[in-house]
Order: sequence, then structure tokens, then C-alpha cells
Amino acid sequence: MSADEWWIIGFTVRVAAIGTLLILPPGLLLAWLLARYQWPGKPLVETLVALPLVMPPVATGLILLRLLGRRGALGGFLHDRLHFDIVFTWRGVIVAMAVMSCPLLVRTARVAFEGVNPRLEQIARTLGASERRVFFSVTLPLAARGILGGVLLSFARALGEFGATILVAGNIPGRTSTLSLAIYQLVQLGQDTDAFRLLAVSVTIAFLAVWGSEWLMTHRVRSE
Amino acid sequence: MKLLLRNIRLPLANFALEVDAEITHKVVALFGPSGSGKTSLLDLLAGLRRAPEAFISLDGQVLTDTAAGVEIPTRHRRIGYVPQDGALFPHLAVRENLLYGCNGKPPTDDGCSLTFEHVTEVLEIQPLLDRGIGRLSGGEKQRIALARALLSSPRLLLLDEPMTGLDFNLKGRVIEYLRRIRDEFKVPMVYVTHHLEEVFALCEELLVIERGRVVGHGLPQDLFVVSNEPTYRLKRANPE
Repeated sequence: MSADEWWIIGFTVRVAAIGTLLILPPGLLLAWLLARYQWPGKPLVETLVALPLVMPPVATGLILLRLLGRRGALGGFLHDRLHFDIVFTWRGVIVAMAVMSCPLLVRTARVAFEGVNPRLEQIARTLGASERRVFFSVTLPLAARGILGGVLLSFARALGEFGATILVAGNIPGRTSTLSLAIYQLVQLGQDTDAFRLLAVSVTIAFLAVWGSEWLMTHRVRSE
Repeated sequence: MKLLLRNIRLPLANFALEVDAEITHKVVALFGPSGSGKTSLLDLLAGLRRAPEAFISLDGQVLTDTAAGVEIPTRHRRIGYVPQDGALFPHLAVRENLLYGCNGKPPTDDGCSLTFEHVTEVLEIQPLLDRGIGRLSGGEKQRIALARALLSSPRLLLLDEPMTGLDFNLKGRVIEYLRRIRDEFKVPMVYVTHHLEEVFALCEELLVIERGRVVGHGLPQDLFVVSNEPTYRLKRANPE
């Protein structure tokens, strides 16, 4: 494999990992709120979170482009005040990956939280535990495997992200080119051998991530 | 112990739980058929559930007073709870389960009145301390759940049908452990059951609850007569 191909693989894994880690704290908080409480506007938030799963990725990418571009509400502010650009940079790749993989994380983490017997949390409270301690010593450990499975699934989704990424970050060799973007470009150029080499890498990483996710989710700690 | 339950009204699926009683003995049984509201009453005592109308006080401290907007949080009530299945934390070993109510510190360092050694010795769980929860029998789980609740230094212990799922021999042994808790640790208990033999074996006071209402309250021997062993008949109703 060439140095460029190694760079593409390393870059893709890095940005997919960062994107997944970025959505982890807000994703877990949202999943926990959805799993444990009823609150006004909950159905609306559930729908909004699920939208990127069903919308065409390019449509999500276009929304992000409008929002984060220099003439967009958020992108304009970041550019003018902080001299900070997201669109057509590696940051754009991370944002696109994070937005597209967030629904998977929230949904799997929510199922993991719902799988924790609320009676155990109640008993922890009778033993003097604060809400914070209940969460970190009972809820989170018991949901951990399911959450980790969700993290791997989101990571795998981020690795394969294409439609939103190409709109938000473009396909700039050496700057924003990910595995899926590079495969697409190589096929366009008729360089099928190179494309299949990257395809094999892509399939291997995705297979391992999904396999790990499935294993974790089927071997959860059973909460009675 | 003086446990005041006044004007409690909690709507349930098919009826409302309505209780007005004053409990004075150390070991009291809530007796009645399944689904009569006994566990709901325990949940109210522990602060795990809120009723639209209720006044609950324990030894002079108001725990719940809906009229005055008072609701002491569960974690500040110091009321131990042993549910039917024990509800042990499956990701923690036996020792960690036992120390949970003492913030993981040895009980004596944390002001727990009962020592770890004493409780584990009385309940015969020292050989189990390093085991995982998945490797325990039903009776062992119940003893550990009891010990865990005791080690959090409760001023009242709530037991929700702790014999459920245990065979005859195990029931006898667990009753013996509960007697030891009553006699050695002197922790007041509210004991939910629908088996009268458990009431007579352990309890000093009895509240009979049917469809959410107290239909009898007094000493077990005053409320029931043996009609045709092992069945019993309610002698006189004394709803409060």
C-alpha cells in the first residue's frame, strides 16, 4: 500500500474515532433522559434524533453546509469572530461523521439504559446513594456493554460516511479524503485495483467494529 | 418504634390504597393477598413513590407530608429495603454489595452502627464474600440483601416477601436469620407477606390489607384464629 493510502486509512480511523467520542457525552445524556424520564417535547426530540437515519445523507450534508458555511448562521459567527472554519476542513469531516452516527449511539445507549432494572437504582437510593452515585455506580456499569456496543456501531457508521461528508468537507486529497471518498474517486478514475485494496481495508475495519458491537450487546451483564 | 401513617391515599390500577394507622411494635407485618397494595405502601415508606395525599412520620421525624410539601428524599430516610428478589447489584461481588451502603468503606469507619464482621457472622455469609452474585442460591441472595440493608445502619427495615421463591427448608432457615436480626440487632421491621405462618413466627403487630384498605390491625393472635391448620380465619375486623 502507498503512503497516501496509509494516510487515508489513518485519517479516516482518527476522525471517525474523534467524531464518535465527541457525541458520546451529549449522546449518553440524551439516551439516559429518553430512557428514564417523561418530559415535554420528548417525542419531538426523539424524531429529530432519528432523522439522520432516514434522511438522504446528502440532504443532511446540505443542511450542515448551510449552517456551518461562512454565510451560515453558525459558520459565519465562527469565521468572523473566531477565525475558525469548519466547511472543507478536517473539522467538517468530523462534524458530518458525528451527526450521521449520533442516532445509532443514542438508540443503542437508550436500549442499554432501559435494560437496567430500575429497582436496582431505587435500592441504591435506599442505601444512601446520591443520584450521581446511582448513575455512575449502578446505571452506567450495568449499561456499559450495551453502550460500548453502540459506540462501536457509531464508529463503524462514521467510517462509512459519504454523502454528508462530501458536501461539508469536500474530497481534498491529503486534507479531507476519507476511505469512502477515496474509493469513490478511484472508481471514477478507473483505478479499480487501488479501489478494491481500500475496499478490503474498509470492509475489514467495519466487520471488526460491527462484530465487536454485536458481541458486546449479546453479552451484557444481566440486571435481574 | 412509632410509625405514623395518616390519610394516605394512593390511586392504584384497580383501587386506591387508603391507610390510616399508627404502628408501635418493633416487628410489624403487612398481611394480605397479592396485589392488595402492600408493596406500594412499602414504596411510600421508602420514598420510592409519591402519593397525592399522605402523612408519614417515623419516631417523630416527618418523612412525607403532602399538605406541607415535605418529602424527605429516599437517600436521607435511612430506611433499608429488601425486595422480593433481593435486587443485588449483579456487577458487584458480594463484599462490594454489602459495603455499598457504607460508601465502600468499612462500616466502622463510616459511622455504621453494625459492624461488618458481626452482620456477616450472624447471617453466615463470610464464606461467600468474594463470590459473584451469579453464583449464589436464592437463600444466599436473600441473606446478602438483608446484610446489605443492615450495614447501611437503617432505623427501619422494610422486607417485601423475602421468602418468595424459597423452598420449605430454606424458608425455615431465613426465618431463623430474621429472628436473629430482630433479637440481636434490634432493628425495627415492616414485613410484607401473605403467609400467616411467617407472621406468627416473627411479628408482634399485624396490619391486614385487602384491596388497599386496612381491614384488621392488632396483635396477630388477637386477629386470627386457627380454623383448620394451616389455614387461618380473620377473627375480627378493626379498620382504622
